[in-house]
Amino acid sequence: MATVELNNVKKRFGLVEVIHGVSTKIVDGEFIVIVGPSGCGKSTLLRMVAGLESVSEGEIGIDGKTVNDLEPMDRDIAMVFQNYALYPHMSVRENMGYGLKIAKTPKDEILQKVDAAAKLLQLEDYLERRPRDLSGGQRQRVAMGRAIVREPSVFLFDEPLSNLDAKLRVQMRLEIRDLQARLGITTLYVTHDQVEAMTMADRMIVMNAGRAEQIGTPLEVYETPQTLFAAQFIGSPSMNVFETTVADKTLSVGEAIIPANTKAQGPVTAGVRPEHIIADENGPLSITVQMGEPLGANTLLHGRLGGTSDAFTISLPGVHHAVAGEVIRFSINSKHLHFFDIKTGRRI
Amino acid sequence: MEKRVTFKGWLLPLCLIAPQVIVSAIFFFYPAAQAVWQSLFIPDPFGLSMQWVGLGNFEYLLSDPYYRASFLTTGIFSILVTLVSMIPALFLAVVADRLIKGAGAYRTMLIWPYAVAPAIAGVLWLFMFNTRVGVVSWYLGNLGYDWNHVLNGNEAMGLVVVSSSWGRISYNFLFFFAALQSVPKSVIEAAAIDGARFWKRFWTIVLPLLSPTTFFLLVVNIVYAFFETFGVIHTITAGGPQQSTTILVYKVFSDGFVGQDLGSSAAQSVILLVVVGALTIFQFKFVERRVHY
Amino acid sequence: MTHSAAKRRKEPAPGMVEKRGLGLWFTHAIMIFGVLIVFFPIWLAFVASTITQPEIVSPPMPLWPGDQFFTNYKKALFSGVNVPVATMLFNSLVMAIGIAFGKIVISLLSAFAIVYFKFPGKMIFFWLIFLTLMLPVEVRIVPTYQVVAGFGMLNSYGGLILPLIASATATFLFRQFFMTVPDELAEAARVDGARPMRFFWDILFPMSRTNIAALFVILFIYGWNQYLWPLLITTDPEMNTIVMGIKQMFPSGDDVADWPVIMATSILAMIPPVIVVVSMQKLFIRGLVDSEK
Repeated sequence: MATVELNNVKKRFGLVEVIHGVSTKIVDGEFIVIVGPSGCGKSTLLRMVAGLESVSEGEIGIDGKTVNDLEPMDRDIAMVFQNYALYPHMSVRENMGYGLKIAKTPKDEILQKVDAAAKLLQLEDYLERRPRDLSGGQRQRVAMGRAIVREPSVFLFDEPLSNLDAKLRVQMRLEIRDLQARLGITTLYVTHDQVEAMTMADRMIVMNAGRAEQIGTPLEVYETPQTLFAAQFIGSPSMNVFETTVADKTLSVGEAIIPANTKAQGPVTAGVRPEHIIADENGPLSITVQMGEPLGANTLLHGRLGGTSDAFTISLPGVHHAVAGEVIRFSINSKHLHFFDIKTGRRI
Repeated sequence: MEKRVTFKGWLLPLCLIAPQVIVSAIFFFYPAAQAVWQSLFIPDPFGLSMQWVGLGNFEYLLSDPYYRASFLTTGIFSILVTLVSMIPALFLAVVADRLIKGAGAYRTMLIWPYAVAPAIAGVLWLFMFNTRVGVVSWYLGNLGYDWNHVLNGNEAMGLVVVSSSWGRISYNFLFFFAALQSVPKSVIEAAAIDGARFWKRFWTIVLPLLSPTTFFLLVVNIVYAFFETFGVIHTITAGGPQQSTTILVYKVFSDGFVGQDLGSSAAQSVILLVVVGALTIFQFKFVERRVHY
Repeated sequence: MTHSAAKRRKEPAPGMVEKRGLGLWFTHAIMIFGVLIVFFPIWLAFVASTITQPEIVSPPMPLWPGDQFFTNYKKALFSGVNVPVATMLFNSLVMAIGIAFGKIVISLLSAFAIVYFKFPGKMIFFWLIFLTLMLPVEVRIVPTYQVVAGFGMLNSYGGLILPLIASATATFLFRQFFMTVPDELAEAARVDGARPMRFFWDILFPMSRTNIAALFVILFIYGWNQYLWPLLITTDPEMNTIVMGIKQMFPSGDDVADWPVIMATSILAMIPPVIVVVSMQKLFIRGLVDSEK
């Protein structure tokens, strides 16, 4: 069990800085999800914690000990790779026990630990098989088993579910979360999937272009996104944003003027989540529908925000048979309006 | 194409690469450098000292009618070997590819000659065409043709060409057969639906699809004919009669070891080196391009 | 390129409708005819190895085996002409295995260094090794001979083997293979605590087994079939290899060659490589296609 500290961690490849200083403190047993689009540096950050990439600047501490210069094996971590990285010529048992074998653990102890992990992961029947004879989900479990038997202080997951089909992904998501809760091992989990981040994380680090845009619990990020990027990246469908001006706690949207409870003034980027609009025949705002997406429980309507040319999406409960060109009026509770600095994208 | 380098340290990799580098240095680079160096000297008649002649050996070689003849001989020899080994191989591969069953058995039989060393192949063919005991030469004699490759340069050339090509037929067959097997069935079927008959399909569809393999084999067979046929020539004709089968590699050997003319032999080595270099670069360029297909 | 594709397409392709009745028999007939022609020299050698000298020297010799099989092979194996063929077979075996084994070991190590490490001079070493691709031993025989003679390695197994093990083809083959091994495997091994050599032994080496086996087959044939090099450096008949030793069995001058024994020796010389090629056909073809790519 351990804490992980990142202290202004930077990474440069040659002259190009790809991670511009990330700091956070992860408490013992916490499940941290690092989420962001591809190329944002999330995997690099994880690999730096693992010791697979060197740290250009700053400090990484595990359990209060600086590990910048330690080899991966000396950091007391275990990692699950995106493509599982199982040794193809070894049986499941050998794969899971390899780390212990290198550490010169006595044979009967390895046997016992592998059996225990296999039981935990329901892999008992597959221990003598080769990875190629397993399904994707089973391989995923073996990769986790390999991490578990080493009883590390920190688990690192690098997009572990991205090679699985959608249904299996949901199931494995729950399994991983459940496993982590039972073992209580501090975990860093990288994904590009914001649903995974929302459902699994104790806290998440939203990364973009080498910066941590926001660090917080899923609900914090959802409810009070600190940057425009975090606002749009987290939540599905994505938050509607449009540029407008605020004057005296009112906001003009096309012709309409609606109250805005904000200290912002002048031009801003305003945002509202599709699920936060209220259909209201007398509402001040409107959308001209171009296309509908019935999802069953609710319906997404895509179109243009009335009086502007901004793309806009609203989510209505239940089934709504939309016709292109239909105009739907709605209102917004001002507490659901978000405002961001038009230049920096920071929350106001 | 770089791997994400995953291990640190420089001493270990240097140790790992050392055996190959040392062996290469001693048995490749040093001798090659020696060849270049020796090509600039001629030894005195007693072999006691060397006299610097600059490019004299090269000038002499290039004006030496025997050497020029050897160049021509090598050219003719390699073209003939390439043709004689590739055309039957392609023919057999196309025929074998038409079989549903049994192609594997034929392949197993056809592989044999590849395993036979060129020198042994030379002995086998020499035995068949031996002027005294050869079965084939005896039957030819009965038909009124007096076979004598010991005296007749063209017959000697013919014999070394056939002996050298024999084992290569196996090699070329394997490549052609593999290439044919990998021609997508759908392409052939599409052509068949378009009404193309077998030979029409072969010329317009299959052969163009085989062109990378064909081109590759062309280069490889020429390299083979240049450098790996020494055994055949040494066992059958020893370069004769009247140097009519003295290819360049054979001449390096006979001038260097038989004639003890080290300067000239070294100069010939250098010229060959350039030829190999050119062929290798050519082959590599081609291989590089093939990767992009 | 091709073997995987060939495997994928189990059912043969072209021909389709035409491949019926007469056409099928005709196809088989062509293949059988081709195999017979290609096989004829070997058959003739075998027949010659089972009959008596007088039957051969009064042509035409029979085309069906006689009853001297044991006499001739016993004579060849245990007395030979200059030296018992059994001795030459042993020498060939040592040389072929030595070359195959040596090449595989040094290329595995150097390819591992080149692919998995970053170290000073890496590119220089890489290009040095690459250059050796261009220098077949035939091109630099005289200076290489001098080097080996200088080390006192004439008539030794070291002299037979070492100069031939440093070619770069195997290194390139392994490099190519290592490049296809996912980076994550090395990283997983690192996280598991494996140091570089441990990773090499536990993971990379076992994963390369098929490639190693395929390469072994190719290199065994290559080593076994060497002719010029053993011819130069083994002056002592006790060190002759079988492929070069056959030529030494031909008498100089007008004496009549002992054909039955020579032909028995030819057959003996081709048996080991033929066994290797035919029994490991799949590996062999794979090795061939891969190493020439």
